[in-house]
Amino acid sequence: MENLGTIGYSEEQVELMEVATNFCRDKSPMDKVRALLDDDAGFDSAIWQEIADLGWLAIAIPEEYEGVGLSLSEVVPIAEQMGKNLMTTPFADVTLAAQAILMAGSAAQKAQYLPQIAAGTLASLALSEANGDWDLSNISAAANAKPNGSGDDYILSGEKLLVPYAAQADIIIVSILVDGAVRLAIIPRGDIVADDAMRREQIIDETRRTYAVTLDGISIGGDQLLDADKTQAALDHVHLAANLLQSAEMSGGTIAVIDYTLDYLKTRKQFGKVIGEYQALKHPITNAYVDYEKARSHLYSAAHCFNDQGRGEVATRMAKATIDKAYSFAADRAIQFHGGFGFTHDCDAQLYRRAAIWHASQHGDATYHRAKLADLLF
Amino acid sequence: MATDGAKKPSEAELKDYEAQADAWFRENTPKDPGFMLPLTFMEVSTDQQFEFLCDWQRKVYEAGYLGTSWPAEYGGGGMHPDYQRISTRMMKKYDGPIILNAIGIGWAGPLLLDIGSEEDKHKYIKGMLNADDIWCQGFSEPEHGSDLGSAQLKAVRDGDEYVLSGSKIWTSLGDRAKYMILLARTSNDGPSKYAGLSFFLIPMKIPGIETRRIKKLTGEYGFVQSFFTDARVPAEGLVGKEGDGWMVAMKTLEYERGAKVNPAGGYYLKELDAMGVVDLARNSQRGGKPLLDDPVMRDKMVEQMMEIQALNLNNQRRRMAPLNQDKPMGLAMMNKLARTEMIRDLTEFSLGFQGTRAGYYVGDENAVDDGYWHRSYLNSFSATIGGGTSEIQRNIVAEHVLGLPKGR
Repeated sequence: MENLGTIGYSEEQVELMEVATNFCRDKSPMDKVRALLDDDAGFDSAIWQEIADLGWLAIAIPEEYEGVGLSLSEVVPIAEQMGKNLMTTPFADVTLAAQAILMAGSAAQKAQYLPQIAAGTLASLALSEANGDWDLSNISAAANAKPNGSGDDYILSGEKLLVPYAAQADIIIVSILVDGAVRLAIIPRGDIVADDAMRREQIIDETRRTYAVTLDGISIGGDQLLDADKTQAALDHVHLAANLLQSAEMSGGTIAVIDYTLDYLKTRKQFGKVIGEYQALKHPITNAYVDYEKARSHLYSAAHCFNDQGRGEVATRMAKATIDKAYSFAADRAIQFHGGFGFTHDCDAQLYRRAAIWHASQHGDATYHRAKLADLLF
Repeated sequence: MATDGAKKPSEAELKDYEAQADAWFRENTPKDPGFMLPLTFMEVSTDQQFEFLCDWQRKVYEAGYLGTSWPAEYGGGGMHPDYQRISTRMMKKYDGPIILNAIGIGWAGPLLLDIGSEEDKHKYIKGMLNADDIWCQGFSEPEHGSDLGSAQLKAVRDGDEYVLSGSKIWTSLGDRAKYMILLARTSNDGPSKYAGLSFFLIPMKIPGIETRRIKKLTGEYGFVQSFFTDARVPAEGLVGKEGDGWMVAMKTLEYERGAKVNPAGGYYLKELDAMGVVDLARNSQRGGKPLLDDPVMRDKMVEQMMEIQALNLNNQRRRMAPLNQDKPMGLAMMNKLARTEMIRDLTEFSLGFQGTRAGYYVGDENAVDDGYWHRSYLNSFSATIGGGTSEIQRNIVAEHVLGLPKGR
């Protein structure tokens, strides 16, 4: 099993962990999280600006494009703290969009867009469609050459779903078929003009915003397409990077919901006892904690090995598969252990449970990743 | 329990030492002795196994690879703990037999080096290391398994002796040990049940102590019940004062549970060859096809691999403070629970591969891997029950890491 990863950390990771721990705790108290549930955009633009000012959107962008020149490993502790405080912003989505351009963009595209993203331009990825498939190459949206054009101008058709923060995005990177091959194209938000082209979706995680985006009738030039030869590699990379950052958010969410439940178990009394004395509650919450620590080891192994050929993929899939189970279990038990209060919208347990369902639904759940791992390992 | 002030070695010194240790273990690690060796110190069943393991331990000690970091004046190597870590790693690399004297080297030794008298250190340490003096542990009693604090074996002071009466159970190597670390009751009048407990080092081969071997669920022997009938032991065997027993016992448990990183530890149990499960599955058939073609088995196998990998990573992460800021003791405190349960689960899983041959057991020529997996599964309970059951471990993690209240 030479493709099993190891674990380690960088000084930068530790520094960012410390800064992010304080920032996310201070900027995202629960009353703020709750207030944003009813907000149209779903995030606070002032805080978003602070995130950009901190340079966090530029971490994994090379210095030659005005980025910080670190890697996704250093993004992990930040995403973890965001997940812990349910601080939901386009942070991960923008980071992933930059990765797509970095992997498959032309020299001109990289030079144009990466510095913009590093400085706070909101970019998003439109990869999902109605088939619900986690395989990013199973799509039917298409770009057709205009009948009497020069040959490098296209008209788009089809619909992309679950596009994060599309309404606020400055640019959207869409996956489309060109002559039957999957390609990525960069579309300025301003080109999506039809009145009904964008619909806010109702999603399980109320802290988040996604949109259905109709591509019908949008025109693009050939220079908006990313490199055909690098597209599949870029999609594979985005898939794994998305799972890495999700695993980080989920790790933070898992310990947060365990701590939230522990507070209740230590204060709530029934039958003359603090309910945390009962082993029927004590042992399952301990099991949840043990599962969390194991999954977190996988997460920091994935962060450490992410760029190692082979090992990175195994470690990342292990991280997502284990943290999905751990988060789901911890949040599920959190609802149950809060009793009647747990059944209410006011109880925070549901926020975490919904976040866990959301993360499982995007880029593969535990079962999906285990199936992929079987092929990688055996 | 490192030698105080042993100099931190340079990279080059460690490298040299590693090459030397590597060569020694490559050369000297015994090959298959022709009989089944115990996987843990709790499973020594026959004289043949016992003598083989004593010889091996003595040989490792004499070569300088055991007690390497213990003080030289008592028989140790007097070197920095980094050296012991390297030799332990090499011992594992060549898959050497276990080091037998676990209670001596893992519990009693660290305790003596920590709080023992000068005289005791001179008396006991060297014999622990060279396997002349095998040690056992008398904590559990027939009526008090997990609830050690209620131990009832009585120790009554009589001049310069204590008179012991009662019984201890689950004593690994109890029929072969020369010494025992013993938790006994010197009083019933204290403010709590714990206050009446005292901790002793006692000789085993004396009048009034009898042992009876216990046949385990595996069919093997390995531990005993011991009966104390007015057995008289020297009073200087008392560790600390009367009434300190619980505190001293908790100290030894800390060494055992690895909450304190003990550089001498790690070689009393043979690591299960977890990856061997994959080979087992590869070589197994179902419906004329390789078992690992079956999607359900593949999925379960991945779950096992993730579990094994998680615990390996946990062990590495445990030493990385920045990755343990939230609950610093968490990984150390959960380790026993997680690891023992993982092994029970994995070995149980391995039986499912073997088809009809899962019906065989140790001793039959058709048993898969000579019955290794069955024996490992049945023996795995010694670890999920012994040293605090998994259920008690969950209480410990809940109370000491998660801050939940003790049940009343």
